[in-house]
Amino acid sequence: MTTVSDAVTTVPVRRIDIFRRPKATTGFWSWLTTVDHKKIGIMYAVTALVFLCLGGIEALLIRAQLAQPNGTVLTANQYNTMFTMHGTTMVFLMGMPLAVAFGNYLVPLMIGARDVAFPRLNCFGYWVFLFGGIFIYSSFLLGGAPNGGWFGYTPLTSAPMSAGYLPGHGPDFWAVGIVMLGIGSVTSAVNFIVTVLNMRAPGMTLLRMPVFVWMMLVTAFLTAFAMPLVTAALTMVFFDRNFGTNFFNASAGGDPLLYQHLFWLFGHPEVYILILPGMGVVSEILPVFSRKPLFGYAVVVFSGIAIGFLGWGVWAHHMFTTGLGPVAISAFGISTMLIAIPTGVKIFNWLGTIWGGSVRLTTAMLFALGFIAMFTIGGLSGVLHAVVPSDTQQHDTYFVIAHFHYVLFGGLVFALFGGMFYWFPKLYGRYMNEKLGKLTFWTVLVGFNLTFFPMHLVGLQGMPRRTYTYPKNMGWDIYNQIESVGAFIIALGVLMLIVNLWVSRKHGVPAGDDPWDARTLEWSTSSPPPEYNFAEIPVVHGRDDWWHHKYTEDDEGRLVRLPRGGADDDPVPAESADAAGTTVATAPSGPLEPAAEHAQGHGVHMPDPSYWPFVMCLGIPLMGYAAVFQNVWFVPFGLVLILFGLFGWAQEPATE
Amino acid sequence: MQQTALAPPHDAYDEHGTATGVTNAKLGMWIFLSSEFLLFGSFISAYLLYKGRSTSGVTPSQVYDIPFTSTTSFILLMSSLTMVLSLAAIQRGDHRRFRIWLLATALFGLTFIGGQVYEFTNFYREHHLSLHSSIFGSTFFVLTGLHGAHVTAGIIWLLSLFGLSTQGRLAAGDSEKVEIAGLYWHFVDVIWIVIFTVIYLVPK
Repeated sequence: MTTVSDAVTTVPVRRIDIFRRPKATTGFWSWLTTVDHKKIGIMYAVTALVFLCLGGIEALLIRAQLAQPNGTVLTANQYNTMFTMHGTTMVFLMGMPLAVAFGNYLVPLMIGARDVAFPRLNCFGYWVFLFGGIFIYSSFLLGGAPNGGWFGYTPLTSAPMSAGYLPGHGPDFWAVGIVMLGIGSVTSAVNFIVTVLNMRAPGMTLLRMPVFVWMMLVTAFLTAFAMPLVTAALTMVFFDRNFGTNFFNASAGGDPLLYQHLFWLFGHPEVYILILPGMGVVSEILPVFSRKPLFGYAVVVFSGIAIGFLGWGVWAHHMFTTGLGPVAISAFGISTMLIAIPTGVKIFNWLGTIWGGSVRLTTAMLFALGFIAMFTIGGLSGVLHAVVPSDTQQHDTYFVIAHFHYVLFGGLVFALFGGMFYWFPKLYGRYMNEKLGKLTFWTVLVGFNLTFFPMHLVGLQGMPRRTYTYPKNMGWDIYNQIESVGAFIIALGVLMLIVNLWVSRKHGVPAGDDPWDARTLEWSTSSPPPEYNFAEIPVVHGRDDWWHHKYTEDDEGRLVRLPRGGADDDPVPAESADAAGTTVATAPSGPLEPAAEHAQGHGVHMPDPSYWPFVMCLGIPLMGYAAVFQNVWFVPFGLVLILFGLFGWAQEPATE
Repeated sequence: MQQTALAPPHDAYDEHGTATGVTNAKLGMWIFLSSEFLLFGSFISAYLLYKGRSTSGVTPSQVYDIPFTSTTSFILLMSSLTMVLSLAAIQRGDHRRFRIWLLATALFGLTFIGGQVYEFTNFYREHHLSLHSSIFGSTFFVLTGLHGAHVTAGIIWLLSLFGLSTQGRLAAGDSEKVEIAGLYWHFVDVIWIVIFTVIYLVPK
């Protein structure tokens, strides 16, 4: 706009930039302005781990309260706050972002791309997530944290504040905060879908993609279509509570059940949003440590897609006790049982992958095996919930809590912990400590089962969930004591994991580029990968392409390592490079190896860092506070920041 | 959430083009719009579920002025035509006609919004219909208000493109920026066809 000669100004004034284009590649500003999918992935992971600790502390307080009958650690209202924030945190602030962290770091590497499709949108998604999380947690200091449950059933949450059901701003913070997080999730989902569909390296057809990429693709579609539903539901809650609308006000003709339909139409796909990335991670770990290709690749992929579709037709199994009528509940019971089929198919494919393989029991592999066992238990208790009479008995008891912790903790969290041990060498070029890792695995496994298995039993005996205390002489004391001890053992395990992550960054055993002798493209580049991932975009010839650059089979079907140089006319016997993953397999310079003149990445144009997504995201929580406190004074500040960020962003080219 | 389309239309570092043949920005916009359909779908479902369930206040047939709303709806639909014409103009490199048609699109949109403001005011003043007066008021104002907010965002987007063009910073090669704004604009029109039918035309 204003053109000022470079001679008279120190700051180059172009467009409406008041900032110099950020150039820092290390230090604080590089993290604040980065658009590199790998750095953003790490930021997602670190933030999600912080929220894991917060959600974990809330869980420990719950378990401390329930360790004894008539517990006095928490008041009833504090207990409500704890279970609400535990659920909200673990679903929206830990589970989803931790899966997105893996996706962010790995998807471009796995499909042979240099970055995601929209690098600045990617960083926008992260900042919205971070500020959304801080916004929800700021409620502890600003007039009461959410206490209406992570599901926030109406009319409890939607009744006007004057009605006095839930005084304070808790439900408002919860509704506005989740809408904010939804903006972040949808942008990152759009980004994943476009990246996977559009940015694949030549030859990387859809059915050659690693299963993890497939599962992130299905997850992204579920996220893009599920989040708007909860956004609508929460908008109605917020309007009911603050502007006197009547969406869930029965006396004016509204129907509180509409909320449950909208919420669970989001909520059940959300369950698959959480578990599918875990299934993807396990499908990467098992073949590598069994030294076999994934058994039935196409079936695993199509089962994942089937789960994604069927996941939309089962939501009312959360509502069997609301009186939907026999036809509806029968239909939803059947559809819920159907979804067990693709899930069971996957479990057998994983078992088939291990079968006859030369299994290496590394920590990553232990967690993957733990995933199969724990997830199967959770899946089986899930089938019980599909049987309507049985579900009616178990509804709102600890049996349900046992079920979904076996699927989400025993499933997602085990898979992601395993994924950390598996991909950590790619991030930092160093192993995580395997000894401490195995101890972590056994600690978490024992703690997990001590905590959640007895919940099946007390649940069947009728112990209700979401209730802050229970009387003596119910026969529940011993179970609850075991559960509380187990919870603290899990906490110990998580602590060991975090120490391991922190220390191994700098002090781990050096690992080389392809320490596990793996199969997928991310292991063909250096550890850590350069900013541009691949100096030369790889050309893909088949599934598990990287493996076939390293190995071939001789006439009798035995595995033969290809010599360096990649020609397969002179095979040499395979090295016995499988001693518990400690052998550093140096990458053979096959066709993937960049030509010498490209080796330094000269001539690769990467998108430049940007301030604008961050600036724009600063405005979003301000708008949130304006909504929660009905205070218009926040609006101009928020709006100015958002519009300023948006216009700066629109006028700034991705690469200069 | 328009930033979807404001991300770079091409990736300078990807000289191979895209695997699907659709540019990243356009594909991203399509997915964002499909997500938007579910947002509107939720509010439309709520409206349909609550149709005729008000316990007090006016009924829809007492307040609707069908000829008036049909006229403003027709004007909104015509703005899709001018949007197409403006895209065709910039693709030909005819910047003068591009700006005329783009401005016409924005003005048609503004006319529709003006009609909506008049309608809202009229309902509130004459018929005491408000967000909290009845379930009809709640569902009507939130659904049409959400749509109006989308049209308003679209108008701001179109006017920004107009501003860029008058400064000579929207070359014929940038026609994809116009095409993506057009996708959004057509979406807003298409969703209005559904809303108009559901709210005004379907009898009780």
